[in-house]
Order: sequence, then structure tokens, then C-alpha cells
Amino acid sequence: MSRRLSARKRILLVEIPVLAILAFALAPFLWMLLTSVKPTSDLSVFPVRYWPSRFTLEHYAMLLQRTSFAGNLLNSFIIACGAVLVGLVTSVPAAYAFSRFRFGGRRLLMTGFLVINMFPIVLLIIPLFVLMRNLGLIDTFIGVIIGHSTFSIPFSIWMLVSYFNAIPRELDEAATIDGASRLQTIRLVILPLVMPGLVTTAIYVFITSWNEYLFAMMLSGQTVRPVTVALQLFIGEFTVQWGLLTAGGALIALPVAILFLLVQRRIVGGLTSGAVKA
Amino acid sequence: MNHATVRAATPYGFLLPALVLTALVILYPVVQTVWYSVQDYILYAPDDARFVGFRNYAAALRDEVFWISLGHSAVWVGGIVFAQLALGLATALLLNQSFWWRGLARALVIIPWALPSVIIGLMWTWIYDYNTGVLNDILIRMGVISQPFPWLASPATALGCVMLALVWQGFPFFAVMILAGLQTVPRELYEAAEIDGATAFRQFVHITAPGIAGIVATAVLLRIIWVANSLDVILVMTGGGPGYATHTLPLYAFLRAYSGMEFGSAAALALLLTVMLLAIVWLYVTRQARELDA
Repeated sequence: MSRRLSARKRILLVEIPVLAILAFALAPFLWMLLTSVKPTSDLSVFPVRYWPSRFTLEHYAMLLQRTSFAGNLLNSFIIACGAVLVGLVTSVPAAYAFSRFRFGGRRLLMTGFLVINMFPIVLLIIPLFVLMRNLGLIDTFIGVIIGHSTFSIPFSIWMLVSYFNAIPRELDEAATIDGASRLQTIRLVILPLVMPGLVTTAIYVFITSWNEYLFAMMLSGQTVRPVTVALQLFIGEFTVQWGLLTAGGALIALPVAILFLLVQRRIVGGLTSGAVKA
Repeated sequence: MNHATVRAATPYGFLLPALVLTALVILYPVVQTVWYSVQDYILYAPDDARFVGFRNYAAALRDEVFWISLGHSAVWVGGIVFAQLALGLATALLLNQSFWWRGLARALVIIPWALPSVIIGLMWTWIYDYNTGVLNDILIRMGVISQPFPWLASPATALGCVMLALVWQGFPFFAVMILAGLQTVPRELYEAAEIDGATAFRQFVHITAPGIAGIVATAVLLRIIWVANSLDVILVMTGGGPGYATHTLPLYAFLRAYSGMEFGSAAALALLLTVMLLAIVWLYVTRQARELDA
């Protein structure tokens, strides 16, 4: 498949089909962005007016000034940061152990962390709701963040194990010979080397938590409601106000689309290991 | 404690935080779900819950909606995974060719996959909108239909329309996976085949296909599991309606718990789904387990 094609053949057989696929992949997203900057009068006409009669940010202004959306954005940010923190604090030592020790039950536990990532959410969400209610954690940041650890921990462990495995064990041994304790070796040798992997994992957990809807819906109320849940409620509340809804969609989607473009190259390894939830 | 005991315990110490939290948020809920499924647990009257044995399961199997949802789930999983694979494979083969803007195309094609399900539901609901949706507008301009059609409100089209949104979201996953597989196929094989005069089609069948079979199988198993479990896009777009037209098994279980507050029967439905998926999960895990010894 690597045969060199003539320029005209390449345009016809490769570049035009790629353009068509890209159009399919991007059109709904671009249509949402375009809708969000059209004046309301453009949105209620049929046949559809494709290009805005004028560009406006009125929907964004109304969304941020007249609704709770700005607060919801902040809530999402806090929850996603919390999910990253909980995920990394528990997973870094766990991944280190899986990578550097050989111990009874290692295989079973690693497989276990893979399998739990595939449990249907409906299996977990009902008792988790009852548990959080009994603990008084419904509608608290802690409650939603703990809910999100159902995916952040298995994902982080599997991603990080592959990053730890990529660091040669000879470095650990050299540090030990130089008199470093295990914790010193981790802090001074391993962690600096694994940092790019740590950042990738953190960004991906952040995106997944920011995007998550079902746990957030079950475990949050008015106080800590994140943007995904708020937008879904707006869909019911402002049914025909597509300008407002698409502006909300754009504000939620743009940060994750940009973050995702930053890390996507490095995520492929995690994809094949099955750790990335899609 | 002597030195050897401490050394043996060290890895478990490192694992402790992750294990404790996982036990709390995953193992405990799973056990609870099993326990709920044999009770007639209603959320607002938890103290009245009685042990009912397998009655929730028996009720599910007699329930017409269960069978409707199961049928939809089969169509849902089969249709979506097949379409995503076909489109993803085509995309990967194209993006493996060389052209000057390939890097940009590879980066952009992945965007749908990064977006939250609520946004995907929102975007496609807007596209399918009856009054001012762009799909009706395009089809009328092309002369395919003469007046707007209520895509999501018609039982005949609702499921297919939600499925298209899912295909759109997930095909980049296949594209990226298969592309990674294609890059591991040695170039020399193609050069040798070229010299032997093999056509592009024969090169695909004899070199490319065997080279990516493993990764495609892994990707398909993963997608089956996640597509079978996914319910949030349906929830956002149709809520399972009109009628039961877009009910799938996980959605039905969720609605029984969320709207009906019948946690007992919802738990039984969730467990039935899990058991059905277990075979696929097992297949996948045995494939992946080979990597653990690395």
C-alpha cells in the first residue's frame, strides 16, 4: 500500500476521500460553532440560513450572565482536577508496584483493574448513589470525584505501568548501588523520567472527567453541578433556544478538543492496551 | 516483623490506596447490585425491601420491554461496531498514504472522539431538528424529501439516527488503532510484493490484512463492550423514546432505576447485561493477558 501514486491519482484516490471523511468528522462540530454565533433571527428560519447575517456573541453573553453556566464551568474544572489528583495519587504507587515488583496476585490484580474498566456503568451507579447518600456525599465535590475514580484509577494504572516499564531497571539498580533508598530512587530517578507520561495521563483523566455525564448526573445536585449535566438540563428548559444551547456546547467542547490535540499522539499506546475508555 | 516480611509486603503497601478506593467504588457496588437484584428494593422505601429470590430475573424475562430492549441492543451493537470498523478501516488506509497535509488530517479526524456525549447528543439533535434542522434542509434542497421529517420523533428512524451519531463519534477510534497497526507492517514486504508484480488488492489481502488482524480483533472486542454499555447519548437524544423505539438494555436498566426508583429490578437487568458481556470481556482479557508478562 506504500506504492507511489502519480500526483493526479493521489488527489483523486487519497486526498479527496480524506477531505470527505474530514468533512463528515468535523461538520457537526463546525455547525454547532457556527450556530452559536448567529443571531436568534437567523435560527428560526426555514429553509436554513447557512452563513450568519451577522456574527454575534449574544448567546455567550446571555449564557454566562443570566444562567448558572459560569459556575457550572468552575464546578467541572474543580471536579476534573480532583479526579486527576485522586487518580494519580493512588495510581502512581500502584503502577510502580506492578512495574517493579513480582509478587503473588500481580497478574490477577492487573487483569482485575482491566476488567473493572469494562463493567457497565448501570451496574455501579445504583449502589454508588445509595452509598453516597448514606455517607451524606450527594451533591459534594468529594462525592462526584470519588465516583469518577471508577474510571480514573484503572485507566491511570494501565497507562502508567507502560510508562514505568519503559524506564530501564538498570537505572534503579545504579541508584541503589550509589546508596539511594527506594523512595529516593523513585523521587530522584523514576518520577522525573516518567513525568511526560504522568502529564499525558493527567490530561486524559481531566478530559474524561470533564466529559463525563452519568455519574455526575446521579451524584451531583445544584451545588456542584458540572457543565455536562447543566447543559442537558438546559436542553429541556430552553428547548428551541439553539443559540444558547450551542454556545454552551462550544464552551464545553473547545477546551477538551484543544487538550486532546495536545496529547492524542501519546494516547495510542493506552488505546491498544484497552485502558482508554471510548 | 523481620526484614524479609517487610520486603514481601512492600508491593502491597504501594497498591493499598488504589485497592481500598477501588473496593469502595467498584467491588462494593457490584456486590450491592447482586444483593439488590434479589430484593424488591424501592429507593424511597428501602426498609420495606424483602428478599424475593430470583423473582426480579423471572419478571425481566417475562417483560416485553426487556426483549424489545435486548433486540435493540443487538441491532445497536452490531450496526454501530460494523459501521465504525468499515469507516475506520477506510480512514486508516487513506491516512497511511503519504500526502503533504497528512499530519493535519490525522490530528483533526480524531476530534469527534474527544467530545463529551452530551455535546454529541446536542449537536445531532440540532442536525435532526424537525423545524429548522440542517438535515431536513439538505434533503429538501436535494429533492430527496418534499417536506421536513421528524427524524428523532418517528419510531422507524429514531434508533438509526442515534446510531449514526455513535458511528460518527467512534470511527476515529478504529482509525487511530488500525493506523497504529499499519505502521508496524514492515515496508520491505510491500517492496518485495511490488517486485513480484502483486496488485494493490493482493498486497492488501496477503500483507496488510494479516498484519493488522490482531489489532482489529482487539479493537472490535473493546468496541463491542463499550458500545453495548453506552447509554448516555441515547439518554440525551431521545430518552429511550418515542415509546420504546430507542430502548437498549443498559438504558432500560437505568430508566427503571432513575425514573422508576425500582432498584431491585434495575439491578437484575444490569446483571443480565453484565453476564451477556462477560464472554466478550473474557475473550478480550485473555488476549491482553499475554502482555502482562512483559
